[in-house]
Order: sequence, then C-alpha cells, then structure tokens
Amino acid sequence: MKFKQHSVLPGFNLALGFTLLYLSLIVLIPLSAAFVRTAALTWPEFWSMVTTPRVLASYRLTFGASFAAALVNAIFGLLVAWVLVRYRFPGKKLVDALVDLPFALPTAVAGIALTALYAGNGWIGQFFEPLGIKIAFTPLGVFVALTFIGLPFVVRTVQPVLEDMETELEEAAATLGANRFQTFSRIIFPTVLPALMTGFALAFARAIGEYGSVIFIAGNMPMVSEITPLLIITKLEQYDYAGATALAVVMLVISFVMLLIINFLQWWSRRRGVVI
Amino acid sequence: MSTTLLPAPVSLDQARATTESIWIRRSLIGLALAFLTLFLFIPLISVFYEALKKGWDVYIAAITDPDAISAIQLTLTAAAIAVPLNVIFGLAAAWAIAKFEFRGKSVLITLIDLPFSVSPVVSGLIYVLIFGLQGWLGPWLAEHDVKIIFAVPGIVLATIFVTVPFIARELIPLMQAQGTEEEEAAVVLGANGWQTFLHVTLPNVKWGLLYGVILCNARAMGEFGAVSVVSGHIRGSTNTLPLHVEILYNEYNFAAAFAVASLLALLALVTLALKTFVESRGRHQENMNEH
Amino acid sequence: MSIEVRNLSKQFGKFSALRDVSLEVKSGELLALLGPSGSGKTTLLRVIAGLESADTGQVLFQGEDATDQHVRERQVGFVFQHYALFRNMTIFENVAFGLRVRPRKFRPAEPEICRRVHELLKLVQLDWLSDRYPHQLSGGQRQRIALARALAVEPRVLLLDEPFGALDAKVRKELRSWLRRLHDEMHITSVFVTHDQEEALEVADRVVVMNEGRIEQIGTPDEVYEHPASPFVYEFLGKVNLFHGRLHRGRAWIGGIEVEAPEHTEAEELSAVAYVRPHDIHVDRVVNGDGAIGARVSHILSVGPVVRLELTRDDSDGKELIQVEISKERFRELQLVRGDQVFIRPARFDLFPAQIH
Repeated sequence: MKFKQHSVLPGFNLALGFTLLYLSLIVLIPLSAAFVRTAALTWPEFWSMVTTPRVLASYRLTFGASFAAALVNAIFGLLVAWVLVRYRFPGKKLVDALVDLPFALPTAVAGIALTALYAGNGWIGQFFEPLGIKIAFTPLGVFVALTFIGLPFVVRTVQPVLEDMETELEEAAATLGANRFQTFSRIIFPTVLPALMTGFALAFARAIGEYGSVIFIAGNMPMVSEITPLLIITKLEQYDYAGATALAVVMLVISFVMLLIINFLQWWSRRRGVVI
Repeated sequence: MSTTLLPAPVSLDQARATTESIWIRRSLIGLALAFLTLFLFIPLISVFYEALKKGWDVYIAAITDPDAISAIQLTLTAAAIAVPLNVIFGLAAAWAIAKFEFRGKSVLITLIDLPFSVSPVVSGLIYVLIFGLQGWLGPWLAEHDVKIIFAVPGIVLATIFVTVPFIARELIPLMQAQGTEEEEAAVVLGANGWQTFLHVTLPNVKWGLLYGVILCNARAMGEFGAVSVVSGHIRGSTNTLPLHVEILYNEYNFAAAFAVASLLALLALVTLALKTFVESRGRHQENMNEH
Repeated sequence: MSIEVRNLSKQFGKFSALRDVSLEVKSGELLALLGPSGSGKTTLLRVIAGLESADTGQVLFQGEDATDQHVRERQVGFVFQHYALFRNMTIFENVAFGLRVRPRKFRPAEPEICRRVHELLKLVQLDWLSDRYPHQLSGGQRQRIALARALAVEPRVLLLDEPFGALDAKVRKELRSWLRRLHDEMHITSVFVTHDQEEALEVADRVVVMNEGRIEQIGTPDEVYEHPASPFVYEFLGKVNLFHGRLHRGRAWIGGIEVEAPEHTEAEELSAVAYVRPHDIHVDRVVNGDGAIGARVSHILSVGPVVRLELTRDDSDGKELIQVEISKERFRELQLVRGDQVFIRPARFDLFPAQIH
C-alpha cells in the first residue's frame, strides 16, 4: 500500500508538513526531553526516586481522590444527562449551558472559590464543621475540587447517546411487559455503558493531572494532602530537576495508558452505537 | 413512509409507555439540580459575592492596580499569540487528515490530542528541561542573553502547548463529515488550492472553527498549572491573571484575589454564552446543508 | 380476541391525527390499516397498543374496556417498523426478554423459556441464528426475529407497524406471503399498518383505508378495490382516470357521451367526476354505437402481458392525458402506433359529484 492515496485536491504536503513540524516543536520534542533526561538515571536510582514514602502517599491521594471524584461524576453525570435529555423544567437551557462551566472557568478561580465555600466558616463548610467533618485543607477537599473539574465529562459523553436512543427500544420493552426499572437496567443502561465508562475515564485522567483547583483547597500537607503534580513543583523549586523529571515521567506514562484506554472505550462506544 | 415523518408525535412529555411517574421525575430533577447547585452554581456565585463583599471601591482598586493591569496585558498577549498559531495548525491538520487518506492517520490524531492528557505541571516542566538554566539549550541561551523560562516567551510556549488540540479536534470530525465532494467540484471547475480552501472549505467550517477558537481562547487565558511552572511569578512582569489571583490569595488579600478572579469568571460566562450561541448556529448550518 | 375502538380522537398540537375513529377487528382476523403519510394509521395502531393514549374514545379487547390499561398489561405483541431489536442482546435473549421480565411467580422456569424460544425461532425458521447479535442479521431476518419476540409473550393480539417498510422489494414480497401463511396457522387477531396498497390488498382479510385521521372505507380487498366508496379511495388504490362532466336526474354527460347514472336520480344540474380504471376503458379505431371520446395515442408501453397506452384527448389541446390498459391481443388487433387517432369509451366507472372547494 502506498503512503497516501491519490487525490485531486492540492496542499497535502504543505498541510501535513506543517502539522508534523508544529507538533514536533511544540509537543513531541519537549515531551521527549522528559524521557531523555530520565534515561540518564539508572533503573534503581529512578525506582527509588519514584517510590519514596512521600511520593507513594501522593500517588495514593491523587489516584484515590481522582477515582472517587470520577465515580461520583459517573453517577451524577448520568443523572444530570438523563434529566437534561428526558425531562422538561424551567431554566433547563441555562443549566445545560452551565454544565460546561468547569471547562471554561480557570482552575485557579475554581480553586479559591471552592476553598472559600468548603472552609470551616464557608457557606457550605459551616454545615459540616459541627459534624466534625473538615473538607477544605484535607483529602476530602481534594475530592471536592476534582469532582468540580470532572463534572462535564460524563454529562457530555452520555448526553448524545441518550439523545440518539430510539424510543422504539423502550416501547418494545414495554409491550413485552417490562416495567421502567427493568427497561432501564436491561435496555437503557447497557446502551449508555460504553459512553459512561468513556466519561469516567476522561474525568479520571483529567483529575490525575489536575493542579490549579486542588492546591488551594488541599492544604498541601506532605504525606496527607499533597498531590503528585504539586510534589513535582516542590522538587522543581528545590532545584531537584532529576526528581521532578522522574515523577513527570511516571505521570506521563500514566497519561499515555489512560489515553490508550480512552481510545479503546471510544472505539467500543462507536461499535456499540452501530445503527440497527 | 408512515407518520414517523411528521413533526415528532412523541414530544418531551413522552407517551406514558416510556416515561416515569411525575414523582420520580420530580425527584430526579431535584437531585440533579441539588448536585449541580452544590458543585457548580454556588461556587460560581460565591466568586462574585466574595469579590464585591468589601464594596465597589475595593473591587475597582483591585482590578486597576498596576500589577493587575500588567497581568491582564500579559494574559491577552499570550492568548493573542497562542490562538492564531493554533488556528493555523488546526486548519492545516484538519485539511491533511480530513481530506486525504494516508497511513498513520489515527496515530497522528492521537498525538494531536496528547496535550489534553498531560498534566499541566508536566507541560510546564518539559519546557524548563529544554530552555531552563539546567536545560539542553539553557547554557547557550544564557550566553546570548535570551530569556525564555521565567519570562514571557516561556509563558507563551506553555500556553500554546496546552491549547494545541482545541481547534484541530473541532475541525477534524466536521471536515471529515463534509467529505471531499465540494472541494473536488471546485477543482474540476478550475479553482486553485487557495480558492478552493477560502471559498468552499472555510465557509463550511466557520462555525466549528469559531467554536474551537472560543474554547481555545478560554483555556489560553485561564491556564494556571503549566504557566505557573515557567513563570517565576515576577510581579508586573511575568504574571498572568490566574497567577495574579494566586499571589493575592496567598497574601491573604482575599477581596482583591476574588475581584481579579471575577474577571476570569466573567470571561468564562461570556465563553459559555458564545459557545451556546455558536453551537445553535452550527446546528442550524448543518440542518441547512442537509436539506 | 376481538378489538373494538370507539370514537377515538387524538391531537398532536394543531395536527389532528385521529378524528372520531370507530372500528371493529374480528377475532382471528388479519386487518390492514392502509393510508398515506399522516393519515393517522400508525397513531391508531399505537393507541390500540397503549403506546399512545387518545384524547377521547375507548379501546376494548374482547368487549372489555382497556382504555386505561398500561401497555404492559395489555398483552399485545407489537412489531416495530425498524425492528427495535435490543442490540446488546443475542437473538435468543431478545426473544426470551418478554418471559424473563415477568414477575417471579409468572416467570417460566429456565428450561421452559429455552424450549419456548427455540420453538418460536423454529417457527420463524431462524433457529440457527440464536447466538448471533442483531447487527449480524439481514433486514428480513431481523423483522422475523422481531415477530418471534412479540409472539413469545403469547399476546392476545398482534400489531405490526409498517412491518416490511424498511425492506427491499424482493424481501418484502417474500415476507408478505410468509406472514399470510403464518397467520393462517396461528389465527391470532392481527392488525398491520402499511402505506403500500398492493401489500394491503394481497395480505389482509379486510382493509381499512384511512385519510386525514378518518376512516374512508372498510371492506375486503375486493370490495375496496372494485367499489371504492370515495374519490380518495379510488385515487389511492391503483391508477385511475378522471372525466369531468355534468349530472342531472339520473343521467350524466361525460366528455360528450351520455350515460345512465341510476344512483344519482336526485341530482339537479351538478358537476360531477367519473372515475375510470385504465383497464375499464374500451379503445377502438372507429366510433362504435353510442358515441365516444376522440383521442390520439401519444405513448405506448408494450412490455409485459398488458399494453399501456397514454392518450391525449382531442378536446383538450393535448393537455389531458388518459391512461389505458389493454391486452396484448387487443393491441395486436388494433395495430396502434404513436399518433394514431382512436375513440374511447368508459366501460365501467363510478360517478361522484364534484367536490366543492
């Protein structure tokens, strides 16, 4: 097979050439710098750098809070998507538009707003304080921030699938005697499951790398409420370039794995979506 | 065909066969709105509340402070460089990917998406590794007295990196869906490449392009993590708006921090409004094309 | 199980889908609801099923009021135009669905479900596909599975919405006669919706012709084809020529010929339209007997056993076209070529007073 199939349209070489050059200069070469730098380390050196107790604690927090936030977003994202697609209520258009707020709002703004709200004397935090629950400046605060920034992902992946679902399928289930719960669990849920998982993975991937919204609310106590991206910055500020880069490589590898998983899920979604 | 072609008989209040009882519907709506209120609406409102808590004077003073003005200028500059470059990149990438068949296409699409999945902190770090004092080009740059890290060029580079995919990923599916027939017709009629692109392709994707520009711009102006790493936080010189918010906040100057933050929140609201508008126009154009 | 609907009306916004429709479907009958787009036939079927509720009127099953019964409790089998097979389930699971969702105490045991499903799959001759998924099947196969799935719950009536509408012409014809045979074996009361007159006339015991939310005519295929009750039915079922004329006290003047119209003795100086099927027109080269309409042959289509002629009337400046069908034998006898002068005479027709607009 030839590299490129024949076409009468011009400009392929120019367009592809520019694309590759730009991508290499801006993305690929800088990214490879992290790997090349780390390659100077021996394996034991690298391994000990990325497995110190403080680093391990940061992984636990980053992944644990990200997973919990993505899970909450999966459940409530499905609910929000369902309500937006299926029901009518006043202000629906506004709500629909505002769902994307976490995409548009700079993370630093989200960070300070959430901190003010969930602090012990904040609008929301004051209700939890008497119960002995501290949210801001604890791992719980990290979870809140990550829930905020991951909120649109599940809604926006599930919404179109629900919109495209033919009512015929649900009607068929009803004529066959299924009640609404059976119709939901056996027909609707399996149909949206791939999209739901894609949304979950996108929210999870975003949460792992998140920095801006978290650092304000986290309290950033080593071993307790310090996320991995912050640890990279801390090492950088201490001029520990090797340590920062080693952690960055770990984060990058995780990003690539997540990217592969997401691509697979999207492929699965599309395959599930074949029109019958 | 049967009556299915009529204005959809099954409205939002669907036939009773496929909907829930009114109480279940109300509870679900209530639960969804409660969740959104707690995690979205209240945080948004609180930004403006906190910003104006100490009165207009404090607010105005905070956003007209020379450091704030210079932060606004730098933010606008970074966006003014990053967005046009990414527009050119997006158009070139979408032209190559959507209008031609070649090997390795899906790998290329994945690579374009890459910056989305990289942590902002790592995005900043990689530029430090290249241009920083300890970096590959660091010594050479120092010799020639060129500053990139802890200076404006670094901020621009980091901004470009995090916004690379926005326009391309909007345009690629759109241009793929439109196929190549119209462009081929233009070529058959004697148009050259630029004419075809300007008069046929560009008008067809203008709403998608605008949509990408809006999102790209919002991210460019709001980026925090990546810019934070390369900035050095020099007041009045290498501070963007989000970084300025952080500095004020860390100095416990909360009213000023929220005042500056409210500018960014306004930007977000304008972005959402424009986005909703462009979406409806884009859908309109799609419908026109279909009929 | 008989079905009766009484005075059903249904509005969708400003659009009246059903206007005071009443209908009885006899037990064991195969009935077709025939009409153009927007005639209300699908809405009527969906109201019978309980997928849609009418604004006013009643639905009765075997004399019992089912108007307020939920679709789940009506025990109807419904076959959708686009099959509506569950794509995440195998063919077996699709057919078994209706049995699996029953409340525990009514649910058959697993071996019984298995037996029933395979029995049905054998009935639709697709037993060998039970482990496949819907997207691996052809359109015709999917429609047969949809039918098996509807039958699995042992419905009291079977309702089919444009069952062959999404299939290509050849498969359509095959499935049509297959459905007829299946119905003859099972004798389940069935109603199907179609916009294809040939399909309705070929398959159904009785045909209900609908237009603009009303029933125009109910009758056997012969009755509705041979004796259309209204101009609409005439035009909808097969080709027809219109001759405008006058009606007065039991006599009519159509295109210069005078004819008897015994069923219109009351009429006083009315304008009227005669509806004539193409094969009910007699063609000759000379004027024969009581007068005829002069016309010229403008086109001849002689493929197949029937020759179709397109004629232009002499008195219309070539504007009015008449479609005529004659046997090949007659065509050879006449030895017609394009441009020939002929004389025609309607052999059989129905007269309707002209509609006032």
